[in-house]
Amino acid sequence: MSEQLVVIGNGMAAVRLVEELSRRALGRYAIAVIGDEPSLAYNRVLLSSVLAREVSPADVELKPAAWWRHHGVTLLYGQAATAIDADIRRVRLASGATLPFTRLVLATGSRPIRLNVPGMDLPGVMTFRDLGDIAALEAAAAAGARAVVIGGGLLGLEAAYGLAKAGAAVSVVHLMDRLMERQLDARASAMLKRAVEARGIAVHLNADTAAIRGQRRAEAVMLKDGQELPADLVVVAAGIRPNIDLARTAGLDIGRGVVVDDHLQTSKAGIHAIGECAEHRGVCYGLVEPAHEQARVLAAHLCGDDTQHYAGSVLATNLKVSGVNVFSAGDFEGAPGTEQVILSDPGLGSYKKLVIAKGRLAGAVLFGDTGDGLWYQQLIRTSASIEAIRDDLVFGRALAERAMPIDRAA
Amino acid sequence: MNAPAHHPPAVRTACPDCGVGCGILAKPDGSGGAVIAGDPEHPANFGRLCSKGSALGETLGLDSRLLHPMLRQPDGGLSRTSWDDALDRVADGFARTIRQHGPDSVAFYLSGQLLTEDYYVANKLMKGFLGSANVDTNSRLCMASTVAGQRRAFGADTVPGTYADLDTADLIVLVGSNAAWCHPVLYQRMIANKRARGARIVVIDPRRTASAEDADLFLAVAPGMDTALFAGLLVHLADTLALDYQYIEAHTVGLTDALVRAREIAPDMAATAAATGLREADVEKFFALFRSTENTVTCFSQGVNQSAQGTDKVTSIINCHLATGRIGRPGMGPFSLTGQPNAMGGREVGGLANQLAAHMNFSAPEIDRVGRFWNATAMARHEGLKAVQMFEAIERGAIKALWVMATNPAVSLPRAGAMQDAMRKLDLFVVSENMLSNDTVNAGAQILLPAAAWGEKDGTVTNSERRISRQRPFLPLPGEARADWWIVGEVARRMGFGAAFDYRSAADIFREHAALSAFENDGTRDFDIGALASLGDEDYNALDPVQWPASSPSPERGGKEKRFFADGRFYTPDGKARLIAPEHPLPRVALTPEFPLRLNTGRVRDQWHTMTRTGLSPRLGAHLPEPFVEVHAADAAAMGLVDGGFARLASPYGACVLKVKISEGQQRGALFAPIHWSHETASSARIGDLVGPANDPYSGQPESKATPVVIVPVDFACRGFALSRAPLALPEGTWWARVAVAQGEGLLLASNDTPDVWHARAQTMFGTGAELAEYVDAPRRSYRVAAFVDGRLVGCLFIGAAGAVPSWDAVKALFEAENLGEAQRRSVLSGKSADGLADPGPVICACFGVGLNTIRAALASGAAASVADIGAALRAGTNCGSCLPELKRIVSHDRIPQTA
Repeated sequence: MSEQLVVIGNGMAAVRLVEELSRRALGRYAIAVIGDEPSLAYNRVLLSSVLAREVSPADVELKPAAWWRHHGVTLLYGQAATAIDADIRRVRLASGATLPFTRLVLATGSRPIRLNVPGMDLPGVMTFRDLGDIAALEAAAAAGARAVVIGGGLLGLEAAYGLAKAGAAVSVVHLMDRLMERQLDARASAMLKRAVEARGIAVHLNADTAAIRGQRRAEAVMLKDGQELPADLVVVAAGIRPNIDLARTAGLDIGRGVVVDDHLQTSKAGIHAIGECAEHRGVCYGLVEPAHEQARVLAAHLCGDDTQHYAGSVLATNLKVSGVNVFSAGDFEGAPGTEQVILSDPGLGSYKKLVIAKGRLAGAVLFGDTGDGLWYQQLIRTSASIEAIRDDLVFGRALAERAMPIDRAA
Repeated sequence: MNAPAHHPPAVRTACPDCGVGCGILAKPDGSGGAVIAGDPEHPANFGRLCSKGSALGETLGLDSRLLHPMLRQPDGGLSRTSWDDALDRVADGFARTIRQHGPDSVAFYLSGQLLTEDYYVANKLMKGFLGSANVDTNSRLCMASTVAGQRRAFGADTVPGTYADLDTADLIVLVGSNAAWCHPVLYQRMIANKRARGARIVVIDPRRTASAEDADLFLAVAPGMDTALFAGLLVHLADTLALDYQYIEAHTVGLTDALVRAREIAPDMAATAAATGLREADVEKFFALFRSTENTVTCFSQGVNQSAQGTDKVTSIINCHLATGRIGRPGMGPFSLTGQPNAMGGREVGGLANQLAAHMNFSAPEIDRVGRFWNATAMARHEGLKAVQMFEAIERGAIKALWVMATNPAVSLPRAGAMQDAMRKLDLFVVSENMLSNDTVNAGAQILLPAAAWGEKDGTVTNSERRISRQRPFLPLPGEARADWWIVGEVARRMGFGAAFDYRSAADIFREHAALSAFENDGTRDFDIGALASLGDEDYNALDPVQWPASSPSPERGGKEKRFFADGRFYTPDGKARLIAPEHPLPRVALTPEFPLRLNTGRVRDQWHTMTRTGLSPRLGAHLPEPFVEVHAADAAAMGLVDGGFARLASPYGACVLKVKISEGQQRGALFAPIHWSHETASSARIGDLVGPANDPYSGQPESKATPVVIVPVDFACRGFALSRAPLALPEGTWWARVAVAQGEGLLLASNDTPDVWHARAQTMFGTGAELAEYVDAPRRSYRVAAFVDGRLVGCLFIGAAGAVPSWDAVKALFEAENLGEAQRRSVLSGKSADGLADPGPVICACFGVGLNTIRAALASGAAASVADIGAALRAGTNCGSCLPELKRIVSHDRIPQTA
């Protein structure tokens, strides 16, 4: 008899977990996946591309229904889990049904933060999180519609790009003095701003939203400096918050997310959390790659291999705006005591900054020419000494490794 | 001249570099250049060329040429004027100066790069019509000691040997000659003899040069001690009964005195070894080789000539040949290898201040004879001032008008810096030049006259074996450039000497020169080319290389050689050669605690003289691009010098800053620096500035190879290089050396400015409006910039700590290619070639950095056929998956066969 494994959440983390499990021990678990969205799991990263009509909605589906069937997974999509009873090891669904589990994985993801300003509940104020949002945005972003995106981070810029491609006149308002300040240094941010503006998107920096003004629906975004930006629709992309309600009521330890250890184990044995809802070593990740890494480690753990540990992810960022390649990883600003190597070619729209600490790569920001991002990320993660290749490092892997191959297994 | 035909035939001409005088076939390409090849029929080279000759095609550009007569303006600038105006000013200036201050207040300074016809006309004007013998030439710096040594031994400036002797010699002794680099084609001929016939080669040089590589014996003689070695040899030959007393008795005088002096200098092998700093065993080996080898040729060059005892060094060599009778027969004899393409021609016309013309001197009958031949109005009555004395006279104001033709004395003279200042004092300073700018032009030249350059000139040159070859034009005269003989003739005409300078062509002049050589000669003078005095214009144009003598009435044309001294008769009054007792060898200027090292100077393989021509060739610039000083490792350690670092080299007369090369070829206490760099080509490497004025009492040749100097390390925080389409101005305090590169110029540099200073400078360095790509590694003091205009690389600058700057080869290749692909542009600042690196193409999978080209390659090779395969093989699309739609498109697109 297989053990019962229940996954709450039908997103990218869940899919990767099932993939990893099936690769290791197909049939060890009877798997049920519960998802509240009324669709098969899809690639959330591509939502802006769907909005931009660069990708069709059908193309974002991660796995076809047959795949799930083939892997023996019970898919319960369009059904929300409402409670977990950790003691009797059951999950309750919105339908009232309950599912038993021997192992439970929380992969509930996160949801957009809503600003605490007047007018947020007006019709026309939207978020950008799931396929449902896309449909609403597409409907609202008819050609010539005025859209204001609140938030100049990764998600906000992707939303803005998607809206602009969909035909809207888009403005981005951002609280900070530069775009993507959590991923980019000032110079890359400035290049990003120019690239975004070149795509017809207005950017307002140091712009603190005071209120959404409107009678029956949103009509304008009011800024604290008195500016008023007319808007037919407002997209709030000011950050995300882990979905932890289920975990809290189940009595799991909670921080900003569901607290897990290096085996992705919550405070209760047999209950795990991965992806954006999890908090590992004090960090909640908002990107897909850590979720994939966590899924891989958890799959190993679930299959009895406890040699693998999740030690945190070196964050790497890729912006999904067509023609704008941005990459950032690690200490991209350069803490005191670090050194920097910079290569820039404005004519090619290219900028690379590497941050070096004690002869090891500590961070990287790439704009334009991002092909070696992953290599830098690996070097950051492995802490390999780069002294011997420092002079070639910023010119990329092919050139640097021709000069001096470094131990990739280090 | 006919206009060049569409497919012009190759023109037979001669190389303008060293004195080997190689024949060249130049095939104009119709756009100002030419394809250069060795002339297989020329007896100097039989088709071979050295690196310099081969690169001549790269030196024909007009970018830096002087193309119009120019006048110095009061603000120091130059402006164009007409030929008439310029020539009037030159004629008036010389006439006025002579009127006011007498004929010895004017001077011509000529060059071994002038053609014989040019040389003849200039010499004739000065010595026959201006009334002074103040005509000297850069040959004074080159082989004047050979002239003096040969004249006093043979009674004439006769080079007895021929190149064919190098083919049949069994022992070739190279003294003070780095023939491997300086006369490469001849050197290869010697090596061919060694290979084919087993000839031995002995190299005698204070420095282990490239020529020592193939030597059977290398003797690192102490600087200036050649005379001791050959004195010791003469003693040894005498003591071993190897002298040819029959020959000595019949054909020479002076052995006794010479031998007595030789015994004082080097009484035996041990004394010879002690005096020369050689191991006694090596001395013994050399002496035995010389003693036992009848067919011995002793070649000598600047190591012998450029000395305050140069004439005695020549003498000591000739003594050994005369005393063994090894002269005047095939495969043997003393053999001066000349440095310049037409030093010999200059000697033939009397281009030196202590010769009159056609190997005649300043005796009363000879002055009378030449005067009658020329119908001279004002014959010079006494010798003029030799180069060093001539410029000293300029320095103290005694000479007030100077005309420099085809040479760069502000670089090449001893105390070059002081001489450059001295030239600024001249009332009249005329320069006939190819170049718009050089150190001499920039020493205040007032009138610049554009002279024809190699490829345009028409006339003759004589090489080291007395072979006269035609230099024929294969390019049109550019701008308003004119032949030197025309320029001089026009000045003469304006001064009222039109009848004597009524030449229509170079052939006219050559016939007159040939006639003078035969005039009242009757076998009394070695130089006789009377057979050529009646050549028609067409015969002159078609003249094959011909070796002199070529006396009437039985001319020989290039075929059989007449061997000088075969009959044992010399050109002294009694017909006997002179053995002469040399002075005790000693460098003229002693070392002091303040200047404890001896500076030797010379050439490098791929440059020639002051680089005005070879410096234009990118290929030649690549060999040894930077001015350097070679130092023995122990001296370097003692002085705190490091290989690849910099050093300041100073004498009482001047200073240079040079790159340090620690060299096993150097002796302790001796330094070597090349002569080529000038203020045009380097910030501080004009080695002539350091050389002192000491010179040989007979030849007047300066002691260029034994200057007492001091050397101290110089530190630069940064090194680097720059490449630029347009000339770059670098700030004061930057050390730089200019190197020819295709499509622009290169500068190697060193500086104490920090990278941020260079960063600031770079913003305007390559012109405003250039796009700058930059690389900054401040902790490593590394700054690199590449400037682009409309996507074209127009310049770059690499600065970094010593050892941290990549070699410029890859960057230079990209710069010369001009149009960079994107992958090349992305890697240009690495200083490394992107060739052979896979260009992954535009990134498709951002997560794993997989490019379009990589994906296409996988599909094309069959390694992948689907999106899933691509994921498995390349990982593309397996992380965030956002590229999957694009991957799908690529897969479906690439499945469709591409049609052209």
